[in-house]
Amino acid sequence: MRWFWIDRFEQFIRGKRAVAIKAVAMSEEQIDGYSPGFPVMPPALIIEGMAQTAGLLIGEASGFEQRVVLAKVGKALFHFPARPGDVLRYSATVLDIKTDGAMAEITCHIGDRLQAEVEMMFAFLDDRFPAGPLFEPVDFVAMIRTFGMYDVGKTADGEPIELPPFYAEAERVAQAAYPPVGSPVAI
Amino acid sequence: MSVTKDEVFQKVQAALVEALGVDEEEVTPQATMVGDLGAESIDFLDIVFKLEKSFGIEIPRKELSPEDILTNAEYVTDGKVTDAGIAELKRRMPFVDFSKFEADPQVRNFSNLLTVGDMCRYIETKVGAA
Repeated sequence: MRWFWIDRFEQFIRGKRAVAIKAVAMSEEQIDGYSPGFPVMPPALIIEGMAQTAGLLIGEASGFEQRVVLAKVGKALFHFPARPGDVLRYSATVLDIKTDGAMAEITCHIGDRLQAEVEMMFAFLDDRFPAGPLFEPVDFVAMIRTFGMYDVGKTADGEPIELPPFYAEAERVAQAAYPPVGSPVAI
Repeated sequence: MSVTKDEVFQKVQAALVEALGVDEEEVTPQATMVGDLGAESIDFLDIVFKLEKSFGIEIPRKELSPEDILTNAEYVTDGKVTDAGIAELKRRMPFVDFSKFEADPQVRNFSNLLTVGDMCRYIETKVGAA
């Protein structure tokens, strides 16, 4: 299982707000043992999906220079269970970004119904932690592209956002190792 | 608009109740942030967020966490803060009562020094409370 708890972004406004969706399926492993006989999406994994939504929003605001980790969940209210077949819509709003962390509030809607409300705090890892990015740059780029961050991402002024140069270069190098799609491959 | 010391305490108390999940009665001026209220390092970031929002102020990290002094060889010898280090701490954090710390100025004792009252005095200097 991949630790991806959102499927894609539907809206992404740099440093401000992001909306991501997560479609819950009966075939997913986390549904199996959590509540036998009453299959639900575990709330802790809803929080993880919200953290991925808000964490990427906060990380992108610094060009992914900051290493953003979920530090604390201040408030978490769940109004009813999310079940297989539901499409969860996580809306994250940045409340504050400081030099050593950030706060965000995130809601989850299923259709028009408010399913959950969470406030969370993120910390930025400092030099007490080993240097370097938290993820392999190429894997990270593949992940955020898969989420559609750069398909929908805009600045607050409505301009499209782009990959930071460091990650764009990692992507270029990785792509150069493969022949272009459609070109003949010798076997 | 000036605020009173009582208002400062009430807002600090509310921030600590929310950030640390403690009861109002536990948040007394004498209570230590770490020992009595169970604050961990990550909670301080949360508390700073809440206080900044509540009072509309900016709290620079160094003003509440003098790690740079406590890790500076110039101010620490054999795990103890030197006289020069204490003087520097007092200069940086005039709102803290260092009398207990001075009796046994081991660096590890510093983490449990800050009280709710110290936090309030710090905020009072920021907002000019009467």
